[in-house]
Amino acid sequence: MSSECKYDAKHLEDKLRARFEPSHVEVTDDSDGCGAKFSVIIVSKEFVGQSLLKKHRLVNQSLAEELKSIHAFSQKAYTPEEWEKVQQQQQ
Amino acid sequence: MNRISQILLRPGFFTSHLAGAARATPVMTTAATTRCWYSADATAPPASAATVDKSTLEKLVRTNKVVVFMKGNPQAPRCGFSNAVVQIMRMHGVQYDAHDVLQNEALRQGVKEFTDWPTIPQVFINGEFVGGCDILLQMHQSGDLIEELQKAGIVSELLKAQQAKDEQDAKNKK
Repeated sequence: MSSECKYDAKHLEDKLRARFEPSHVEVTDDSDGCGAKFSVIIVSKEFVGQSLLKKHRLVNQSLAEELKSIHAFSQKAYTPEEWEKVQQQQQ
Repeated sequence: MNRISQILLRPGFFTSHLAGAARATPVMTTAATTRCWYSADATAPPASAATVDKSTLEKLVRTNKVVVFMKGNPQAPRCGFSNAVVQIMRMHGVQYDAHDVLQNEALRQGVKEFTDWPTIPQVFINGEFVGGCDILLQMHQSGDLIEELQKAGIVSELLKAQQAKDEQDAKNKK
């Protein structure tokens, strides 16, 4: 179905950049370019003081239109401080 | 989608204070074989189609301390994200009510509208919407899930295992 393949990672990344001015953003298309399955890592000051649920809601809202046709969507939303900790753990 | 199971099973996945407990806990994985329709999909009925109403859902999310809306059932999840939630609940030894939204399109639409959340699975603790798979996974990793369950009067199996280990360690030191 062509409607499944509306969006690419670049489109989502641009939209997230415009909305959150993230210090770091990674959008991965896990669907081999079909546009049906994405995972997102986003780091932004906008998330400071927000609960985990609120952060995810903000991201969901910013991509509300896209999420209607994206079938699988996974996200990790961090504040810059949280992101630093995550990276330290990964080392 | 095996990726999530792999993450769950990876040594060192748990916060360090939980590592011992986690390794002691047998983890079963259920392969999710069907394609995952995690979000609203193109085949969804128009908005005018019947959805389960708010008051019904308000009751439904309180039928147990933990209530999960998922694809498939806990014995046979039909989506990797739903499977991940099932595995997390299993590790914590949580008893919960599960509702298969694939069996009920009105429920599927209804719960999404109820929470204003676009994806399935959805997890409720004490009637409160907690989040979907990503959030549960993160709460599991950070240890916040243990706390959240405790608020609802549920003692996580991971916590019990940790406490037993601490007691044993204390005895050994004597």
